[in-house]
Amino acid sequence: METVQSDIKFSPEKLQLAEEIMARYPEGRHKSALLPLLHIAQHEFGGWLSVPAMDYVASLLRIQPIEVYEVATFYSMYNLKPVGHCMIEFCQTGPCLLKGVEDVIDYTENKLGIKVGQTTPDGKFTLKAVECLGSCGTAPMAQIGEYYYENLTPEKIDKIVDIFSKAESNPDLKYEI
Amino acid sequence: MGRKLLLEHISVPGIETFEIYRSKGGYNSVEKALTLTPDEVMEEVKKSGLRGRGGAGFPSGMKWSFLDRKSTKPRYLVCNADESEPGTFKDRFLMEKIPHILIEGLISSSYALGANTTYIYIRGEYKWIAKILEKAIAEAKNKGFLGKNILGKGYDLEIYVNIGAGAYICGEETALLESLEGKRGNPRIKPPFPAVSGLYNCPTVVNNVETLAAVVPILNMGGEEYAKIGIGKSTGTKLISACGHINKPGVYEIDLGLPVDEFLNSDEYCGGIRKGHRLKAVIPGGSSVPIVPAELFYKNIKGEARLMSYESLSDGGFASGTMLGSGGFIAMDETTCIVRNLWSFARFYHHESCGQCSPCREGTGWMEKVLHRLEFGHGHMSDLDLLLDIAKKIEGNTICPLGDAAAWPVASAIRHFREEFEFHAKHPDKVKGRLAHMDDYKKELVLS
Repeated sequence: METVQSDIKFSPEKLQLAEEIMARYPEGRHKSALLPLLHIAQHEFGGWLSVPAMDYVASLLRIQPIEVYEVATFYSMYNLKPVGHCMIEFCQTGPCLLKGVEDVIDYTENKLGIKVGQTTPDGKFTLKAVECLGSCGTAPMAQIGEYYYENLTPEKIDKIVDIFSKAESNPDLKYEI
Repeated sequence: MGRKLLLEHISVPGIETFEIYRSKGGYNSVEKALTLTPDEVMEEVKKSGLRGRGGAGFPSGMKWSFLDRKSTKPRYLVCNADESEPGTFKDRFLMEKIPHILIEGLISSSYALGANTTYIYIRGEYKWIAKILEKAIAEAKNKGFLGKNILGKGYDLEIYVNIGAGAYICGEETALLESLEGKRGNPRIKPPFPAVSGLYNCPTVVNNVETLAAVVPILNMGGEEYAKIGIGKSTGTKLISACGHINKPGVYEIDLGLPVDEFLNSDEYCGGIRKGHRLKAVIPGGSSVPIVPAELFYKNIKGEARLMSYESLSDGGFASGTMLGSGGFIAMDETTCIVRNLWSFARFYHHESCGQCSPCREGTGWMEKVLHRLEFGHGHMSDLDLLLDIAKKIEGNTICPLGDAAAWPVASAIRHFREEFEFHAKHPDKVKGRLAHMDDYKKELVLS
């Protein structure tokens, strides 16, 4: 799953987006764009933030690399190591617990043969348990890419695994399950 | 049907678009606000009695009046859309379904505060909602409600969306400002308060999504009329996100002062506890507020029926009351293991502690560890007092309220459900399986 990191650079379109974001903040305050830029970097550079990727963001913002590292290590959405093609992030907090998310996680772990925190050997799936995603009324739920998959059942997990096992699947899209 | 001020047009097809929203009277409050002076707009909000809808319940008009108006620095309004309090999903619902009401409220509020740049800080997991908001902002700008010289009245305003990256602590307003400046979300020591030195050391007001959206009906109907809704100092309507073991989870708009019995059991709202089960406990305002057993939820210690209001829910203090908080309403039936549930929340606070203050950084971890051993059959009777001791030592000893938020649920759960914690300590063999012990526990309760 090691992404080739030798050519760390945004595409012209992403570079323009980064500049637009930086322009939203007052003169001398472009560091405010750090969190949004790290999201773009993570998306563009294989779903995680390598040291070269973080250094590249530091150079865009003309700040020290350490200022990027200390932020990247604070926020839970930044992955500091490679993740699978499809990362299923289960909400495990109280309200989801009440609605049986532990059973859904067990089912998924057994189906994929991995535990939460691990990636399948083929690099297709990573399982992660996260804290409250603000979807308590439709618990149990999980986030994949940008989207929420709610009221999960073993049948829905089967469908999710079917969809994202296919090479052409795109975690940036919302699939009906 | 109850009154709807924020969600009145929620089911209108296409209400997320400017055209449809405008055709339903949307942005009228901006037209009205711009004919008033900023002080007159603020006066309406003061008269309305609106209180912060994010959880603290602080009077919004008063918060606005603290803004340093003598400073020559730019002023900022920041919208707190970092909704992360477990049980709370009302802001998400509002922004996703009817984004223009937030933009409309932001324009009038920014005008009242004299802000020309306003940021919406939204949690990173709501990335798709950030796109919905950006679309709404672009539409409003295209129609002359944002940008330079709004509606020809000489007022300029830009609204930008900034996304977070997964940190509950960024819902605390000074941590949010740190994050918005591109830093770790470590809360700042107050004073100075943001009203004096906030974003980029400039005077700043941070308000919750629902608070800012409520400015729309307040301006439309007038602050005095708004204040007639509700009860006592709990004025207006409130969004409640209901979840847990109820028949109809979802987001409901209620008049503050609605009887809790009606909210939980009528078909208009939660529709009662799921069939064949009965209510055990309620956390009515997000995971940080004290848990109360069913009997203390329905009635206060004096036997009076409780209402969904700031005052009524907190009646009895922490001994027998709770709080309205963010309106994250979690109902639990008799199948719920209070220890397991509390362990889950303790893990949450441990995970979300920013680590700045040692009582919170260490204490939340200890509480998680002790609750884990109780729940998994390795606990001792002395763990109950140990938990209370840790909670007491966190409370009030930290820069921000996350420590209190972690301590209160522990103290209240042990106060009201002590026998269930004792059962865990006394019967380590029975509590090892996930929830398997609940039948044994219930049997013991009946026998004793």
